[in-house]
Amino acid sequence: MRLLVTLLLLLVPVLGVWTFWTAEENGWWMPETVTTYGPDIDFLFYLILWMVAVFFVLTEGLLVWFFFKYSKKDDSKGVFSHGNHKLELLWTVVPGILLLVIAFTQMETWAEIKYRGNLPKSEPIAHVWASQFDWRVQYPGADGEFGTWDDVESPHLFVVPSGEDVVFILHSRDVLHSFFVPEFRLKQDAVPGMAIPMWFNVNKALREEGLDPKDPDSEDKEAIRLYDLICAELCGWGHYKMAGRMEVRSREKFDEWMAEQQANVMSNDKEDQS
Amino acid sequence: MSVPPIPSEGSAAASEGLNPRAPEGQRKGLGADGTVYIEHDHHELSFLRKYIFSVDHKMIGLQFMFTGLVMLGLGGALAMAIRWQLAWPWTEVPVIGELLFPATGGAMSPEFYTMLFTMHGTIMIFFVIIPMLTGAFGNFLIPLMIGAPDMAFPRLNMIGYWAMVPGLFFAIASFFVEGGAAAAGWTAYPPLSTITTAAPGSMTGQTYWLLALTFSGVSSMAGAVNYATTVVKMRAPGMTLMRMPLTIWSLFISALLQLFALPVLTAVSIEQILDRVAGTGFFTPTNLVVNQMNPEMAGEAAGGQPLLWQHLFWFYSHPAVYIMVVPAMGMASDILATHARKPIFGYKPMAYSMMSIAGLGFIVWGHHMFASGMNPALGMTFMVSTILIALPSAIKVFNWLGTLWGARIQMTSAMLNAIAFVSLFIIGGLSGIWMAATPVDIYIHDTYIIVAHFHYVVFGGTMFAIWAGIYHWFPKMFGRIMDERLGKIHFVGSFIFANCTFYMMHQIGLAGLMRRTADPYAYEVYAHLQPLNEFISISAFCLFFWQGFFVFNFFWSIYKGQRVGRNPWKGTTLEWDAPSPPGHGNFDRELKVYHGPYEYASPLVEEDYLMQTRKVD
Repeated sequence: MRLLVTLLLLLVPVLGVWTFWTAEENGWWMPETVTTYGPDIDFLFYLILWMVAVFFVLTEGLLVWFFFKYSKKDDSKGVFSHGNHKLELLWTVVPGILLLVIAFTQMETWAEIKYRGNLPKSEPIAHVWASQFDWRVQYPGADGEFGTWDDVESPHLFVVPSGEDVVFILHSRDVLHSFFVPEFRLKQDAVPGMAIPMWFNVNKALREEGLDPKDPDSEDKEAIRLYDLICAELCGWGHYKMAGRMEVRSREKFDEWMAEQQANVMSNDKEDQS
Repeated sequence: MSVPPIPSEGSAAASEGLNPRAPEGQRKGLGADGTVYIEHDHHELSFLRKYIFSVDHKMIGLQFMFTGLVMLGLGGALAMAIRWQLAWPWTEVPVIGELLFPATGGAMSPEFYTMLFTMHGTIMIFFVIIPMLTGAFGNFLIPLMIGAPDMAFPRLNMIGYWAMVPGLFFAIASFFVEGGAAAAGWTAYPPLSTITTAAPGSMTGQTYWLLALTFSGVSSMAGAVNYATTVVKMRAPGMTLMRMPLTIWSLFISALLQLFALPVLTAVSIEQILDRVAGTGFFTPTNLVVNQMNPEMAGEAAGGQPLLWQHLFWFYSHPAVYIMVVPAMGMASDILATHARKPIFGYKPMAYSMMSIAGLGFIVWGHHMFASGMNPALGMTFMVSTILIALPSAIKVFNWLGTLWGARIQMTSAMLNAIAFVSLFIIGGLSGIWMAATPVDIYIHDTYIIVAHFHYVVFGGTMFAIWAGIYHWFPKMFGRIMDERLGKIHFVGSFIFANCTFYMMHQIGLAGLMRRTADPYAYEVYAHLQPLNEFISISAFCLFFWQGFFVFNFFWSIYKGQRVGRNPWKGTTLEWDAPSPPGHGNFDRELKVYHGPYEYASPLVEEDYLMQTRKVD
């Protein structure tokens, strides 16, 4: 029994670390990020992961060791100790400092992504409306203004240009939803009654593998990349299927698509009138 | 224990007035060694007064425990249905499928799935974990461990149990009302929860859900008032605050948490009820379009703020998370020390760290709302306070490890479960740091990592501590000991399957899968997670059915377990001074406390334990 329990306790850190170690090749890991701030988030994730891993292995390892060592049959008394002031100080101050380091390293990235004051100065490209159970994206028409008759409405599909700051406003028509694109490392609840400005900059999507990501000429300008737009906040029975699509195109391809949509609106309008 | 003759009027003991305010019906006698024996009037209580409307803290504790165990079975069954759907969505549910869903050939509907996880969370939190920890162990242990004959307010205590019963009724009955049970998650975020057309569960089920919560809140409040008063006013002579066992500290602290946080939950529950039935506008905003129509036209509420609910709900429910784990920490500490035959390492840091967890617990609620649309600057402050709360948790882990260092570990079922508590709580605690870090939380918020995290805390942590507590205090409850061999079989399987079930949820969450989804494979990118989900589900089924060993052991041991005396574990704290099981009034002699609670391996005495009540010259 003693060996069995020791083994069980030992398996926790061993398999725990092994699972994380092999997770990426098993597909049990974060998808590669494609936005400008994605790598910052990933860096902070790994920073915490490494600190946590050290404490995980240390504490679980001590637990296994102490259990194994001190569960032997022994009729003598245990150590009569009520604690040790220096040790208490040590394991209060060291984790305390590490935790403060973790806290302070997060702040810049958080502020960059979410603070309204740090929102890129560009005009919003679209209003994104969430409702049970679909996404609607509203672009301005040829007049460049929202809320006019020639607005382009794109159901389920959010088309954005790559390599530039994209600002959009998130709304909900009914209940809470959440705008989540895993590859963008972006998640924000859509709240009825609130208009929440968001931004991202997809700067990796159009680069082919093996090409130098720093070389702008290596971009595959023809490529169109699709990502899942996921609702991450419970919004009713159809929450599981509230799927949208993010389509990332080069600037030219984006303009082409936009012109096409605007022309469609025009011709539909003419049909309505005739 | 036979009681020596009662001293006549004017004799030494009587005139010393050992307890001039002795309760009515209590007599005393002086033993040869100077012990003052107490004899309580033996009331023959009717069945109704003894088992149903009891005012005895031990019986009320057992009532909470049995209710909690039954609800644990129900909540677990709901979890099994959830796991079935996640592994094999839209296929026939075995056993109950044909019965419940004849229209679809036995496959569950997505509406039903939303009700499943809503009620799983609700039942487990409000009708299992909180009643088990504070209701069962709080009631049973507080008077016994501080040397009091009962709670300060026995009748209020009885009301505390019976206030929970209507809550149970509403929770279970909600499955059978129009539209079915609540389906807005255990967090009941408006407007999904407030607009009747937004979800089938928001028709009548949600109102039942709110009533269930309100009644369970009244129950907890009655308990909390009682526990706090009893701990403050009714400790035996010599039982200073710093001589209290950590279990008592933890129960006292969670009683204070409930006292300060619960009124907020009760208030917001009533506000949401008003939004739903009286057309007030606390949480439902204006100008919505639900099912192609503006609910205001149908006379529903409008003009409110959805985020207001989130703030107020989490103002209670985050402290509630600590109500669900702090008593587990206290119990695990006592059990570790007893079965390690060694004093708790760092008693004061242990007590202070629980206090700081509770104190910080009031200023971290916003970490549930980093993605909610709350001002991001607030997110920054909530992040710092949340990350800091990892510190007292770390201190506790190190002190538990320090307790095991140089110990003489007894391989009892109670000890194994308490060690498992430490091992699994470490995982749950560490994964919490990701969630606290706001930028990282952007990615992992509302994914399965969160599910993994809180199951490691509440199942891996609290549930194992509850098992440890039951194995440890069962002899005191029933005068018999649970079967050790079955206990170890139960432990090994539970430990393996709990890890297989919950650890892999980290991986699914890292892949980005959001929680509360009825069909993970609606997104192509998650199709490859199906085998992993199957593995988790099979582990969960094994975990569920493995509990048969526990259930059998529990009930068998009540009747057939080996009889034991007062102190089968050679513990030091006061409950082991009482008979097993303790009679009315708990103690049959007057207690005086001379030592701290963890004098194991003390050099003052020959044995390896020195009871708190034993005077050493």
